[in-house]
Amino acid sequence: MTNHWTDIENANAILIMGSNAAEHHPISFKWVLKAKEKGAVVMHVDPKFSRTSARSDFHVPLRSGTDIAFLGGMVKYILDNDKFFHDYVVQYTNAACIVGEKFSFSNGLFAGFDKKTRRYDRSLWAFERDENGLPRRDTSLKHKRCVLNLMRAHYGRYTLDRVSSTTGVSRENLMRVYEAFAATGAPDKAGTMMYALGWTQHTVGVQNIRLAAIIQLLLGNIGVAGGGINALRGEPNVQGSTDHALLYHILPGYLPMVQAKWPTLADYNKANTPVSNDPQSANWWQNRPKYMASLLKSWFGDNATEQNEFCYGLLPRLDEHGDYSLMYLFDRMYKGQISGGFVFGTNPAQSAPNTHKTRRALSNLDWLVVGELHHTETSDFWRGPGMNPSDIGTEVFLLPSAQRGEKEGSITNSGRWLMWHYMAQQPIGESRSLGAMVVDIMNAVRKLYRQEPGAFPEQLLMHDWPQAFDPDRIAKRNNGWFTRDVEIGGVAYKKGQQIPGFGNLQTDGSTACSSWLQCGSYLDSGNLAKRRDLSQTPMQANIGLFPNFAWAWPMNRRVLYNRASVDANGRPWNPAKPVISWEDGKWVGDVPDGGWPPMASGKGKLPFIMAADGYGQLYGPGRLDGPLPEHYEPAETPLARNPFSGQLSNPCMKRMISDADPLAKPADKRYPIVLTTYCLTEHWCGGGETRNTPVLLEAEPQQYVEMSPELAKEKGIANGDVVVVESARGRVEAVAMVTVRMRPLPVEGRIIHEIGMPFCFGWTTPKCGDAVNRLTPAVGDPNTTIPEYKVSLVNIRKADKVTEL
Amino acid sequence: MPKAFFIDTTRCTACRGCQVACKEWHNLPAVQTRQTGTHQNPPDLNPFNYKLVRFSEHLIDGVIRWYFFPDQCRHCFQPPCLFTAEDYVPGAIVQDEDTGAVLYTDLTRHLSAEEFEEVRHACPYDIPRRDSGTGLVSKCDMCIDRVKNDKLPMCVNTCAMGAMHFGEYDDIRALAEKRLEVVRGEFPNASLANPDDVAVVYLLADEPERLHQHAVAQAPAPMTRKQLLARLARPLNKASRA
Repeated sequence: MTNHWTDIENANAILIMGSNAAEHHPISFKWVLKAKEKGAVVMHVDPKFSRTSARSDFHVPLRSGTDIAFLGGMVKYILDNDKFFHDYVVQYTNAACIVGEKFSFSNGLFAGFDKKTRRYDRSLWAFERDENGLPRRDTSLKHKRCVLNLMRAHYGRYTLDRVSSTTGVSRENLMRVYEAFAATGAPDKAGTMMYALGWTQHTVGVQNIRLAAIIQLLLGNIGVAGGGINALRGEPNVQGSTDHALLYHILPGYLPMVQAKWPTLADYNKANTPVSNDPQSANWWQNRPKYMASLLKSWFGDNATEQNEFCYGLLPRLDEHGDYSLMYLFDRMYKGQISGGFVFGTNPAQSAPNTHKTRRALSNLDWLVVGELHHTETSDFWRGPGMNPSDIGTEVFLLPSAQRGEKEGSITNSGRWLMWHYMAQQPIGESRSLGAMVVDIMNAVRKLYRQEPGAFPEQLLMHDWPQAFDPDRIAKRNNGWFTRDVEIGGVAYKKGQQIPGFGNLQTDGSTACSSWLQCGSYLDSGNLAKRRDLSQTPMQANIGLFPNFAWAWPMNRRVLYNRASVDANGRPWNPAKPVISWEDGKWVGDVPDGGWPPMASGKGKLPFIMAADGYGQLYGPGRLDGPLPEHYEPAETPLARNPFSGQLSNPCMKRMISDADPLAKPADKRYPIVLTTYCLTEHWCGGGETRNTPVLLEAEPQQYVEMSPELAKEKGIANGDVVVVESARGRVEAVAMVTVRMRPLPVEGRIIHEIGMPFCFGWTTPKCGDAVNRLTPAVGDPNTTIPEYKVSLVNIRKADKVTEL
Repeated sequence: MPKAFFIDTTRCTACRGCQVACKEWHNLPAVQTRQTGTHQNPPDLNPFNYKLVRFSEHLIDGVIRWYFFPDQCRHCFQPPCLFTAEDYVPGAIVQDEDTGAVLYTDLTRHLSAEEFEEVRHACPYDIPRRDSGTGLVSKCDMCIDRVKNDKLPMCVNTCAMGAMHFGEYDDIRALAEKRLEVVRGEFPNASLANPDDVAVVYLLADEPERLHQHAVAQAPAPMTRKQLLARLARPLNKASRA
């Protein structure tokens, strides 16, 4: 989230799209209802009418995978009707920047596409730059290649008729959303967008969110109270896990992972440290070498020196374009290229796409270690449906995990708040926290490496590895400490002292910090994540901002890019709801995004400090699949052609290729129905924990499939019948839930039926059904490789015989 | 001064936190359920579910309406269940003087199956349920153990949406009336369900029957001849048990 949960209350318009907030993030809805009570319009755009829709002002059904068409139409509406926030757009975004002549877009492809590698040469999308390297700008917005005019051309194709015919949304419903949301382009209005996996889990997932951010920039909704682009995360600590680099492509604090093509730290820094000659650009990532050096110093302790580049050479490295994400991992496992592994806190035999393949892949392992509360479809894959245990050689170790109430630590919520939680009771039996398992296992491995010779032992032995897991010590270390007595900016710091903020981090090894984003969270005075103080100034109270409750990264800033909420003189665009304000020579309100004075002083900085040029990026030349979002059909689509271009699906999408990865053909007559998948309130993610909680299983006991009465009639299915849902990859039994909440959608001159199923039911819970992901395809977004769980093609029929329920 | 609930169905998101928290607090076992084509589960109140969120969906003039009704005992000021049971087993059902809570005691096990049916029939909201194994009749007890210790009933404590409130009747009634005025624009058919008669005041988002058959009081059906005779025979029953 750029903003945070309680801030939703400040919105005048709330667009919930790609999310079922009331069901999947129930507490978020408390703030939605508060906003609604104060007059905000709440809109839910989603294939299914859900509990979120029930409490929204209105619901708009759309076909899964057509969000870019829907939002592209909104961009056109905003530009055609001059609804954008002019001063904000011209001053703070790259709308006025001029794109180079090599850029083009034709028939669904941007300039520079290589058909063989399915990758773009992104250098062709670059801005024109002056002799100092600054982007050329035309603030009159007249230049035909300025970003805003390129957008006018690009989204000019997103006519109401074409968008309506693609998405299945009526023209009236489109206009209803466009008008209500675009009204927040007024300086004294704010609109928030709440999204979740409904936007990310697509082959165009990143571009879905890019387009939402573009709209928010056009309307001046970033940085303001009640605005923002707000990913609803947090429930399984997704925010904290990405901050700490759970995924392969980053190091803690969103530093890029090391690649083989950067053999030295100097190479790494050169490739990853942007340069700007614009005195108005903070170009925050120019500090990256400080964060990297401090991270390495934290990891390798006294062994890390300037001379050995802080042990940079000991880090594992990625191949260029190497993909080590979930789907590729299981693809390699399926192909026999992986012999063992650890699975903690996830249940891939239930929640990875194309589950049949995933389960077979696990059987290729020699050994598997699973840390879990309960037996899951992963820990017990070898005795699952269709498996013959005597044929499977995998040795499985199930390590009993402590439940969250049995351990202490921090969780980071969607609003980037670090909140400490305490142990309620000691773990039962032999169960232990994940931290304790990892620390102890690695200590045993280190001991073995010390005793016996092995390949490359330095990688393990040079680490400053703790003797035992101590969450408090880890939290301290995340903040970081000085490794020697130093003086910074005239202030003396002692060795061992906690670092007050990331502004103090150095490249010389005098600072150790394992997550620069968390620097400032644990001071000499204590752990700020433990704070529960509700005190605030009247200005903060006015927008529900609680600066003394927990701690938010970065530097306790509650609203990111808040310098965009004020004009060049530091006066809030919306005086009724200021986030920050320049008063008597200082900023008041939230912690400003950098303490520089307002822009008009001549010493100010542009508000989008993480972008090298300082501007909000309407045009984004950094993404792999295009600088402007474009509608592509999902990998499995009920359409034979893309109504917007000759390019049917995302040309850069990731797709697994194996005998177990068939895809339905476009408009495949065998699979005419669109399936979307989701979770539900009563079960947590794949259900591994909640299916073992009897009172929750009581409320949602079995696999179901939601479908319209029209489809049910067509297929001769009655409510409560058991049906079989089939895709090119598998079949699943489910109870038919025939409901008016699913509507047939008129798309490209015919009716397309969409059905929806939850992914929480698995075979280890008797008679509750089994993984819906046996149906979903292993295809993903080119930037993130997130799987396209939200769209696949299926067919449905009444079951002759019931085996799973 | 009686205590009261205000349950605002226009704010309920059917997260079922109340349904589950009620079971957890009362240590009630999970019941075996099946998916039958609705999210409402268990399908009805039962001896182990004192609180049940009822789901009802409608397509009205092309607009989908999905209503949620967290059903529970209304703690009537003049509880017909108590008056009915009193004739058979005095003390089976009592009313707490401080709070107005209508409480079912262990003595309910002495009500026969037929007598229980009469008690249930007397309830204008179809709330009481009997455990055929133990014979105990049960329902919402207002979390009397919590309330007597100055804590909110568990369902109210759990509700994050502001759909459930608990307090002194007069305050609750005023809150309900005020809220009704606020929601009339969005919900033109909204009303309060029998607010003069019960300690659990529902704000109904639409016509009562669109939320639940027993959202408002149903006049008991006229007594059959058999029931009439049974009623006449009551003092005798009572005497025989004493």
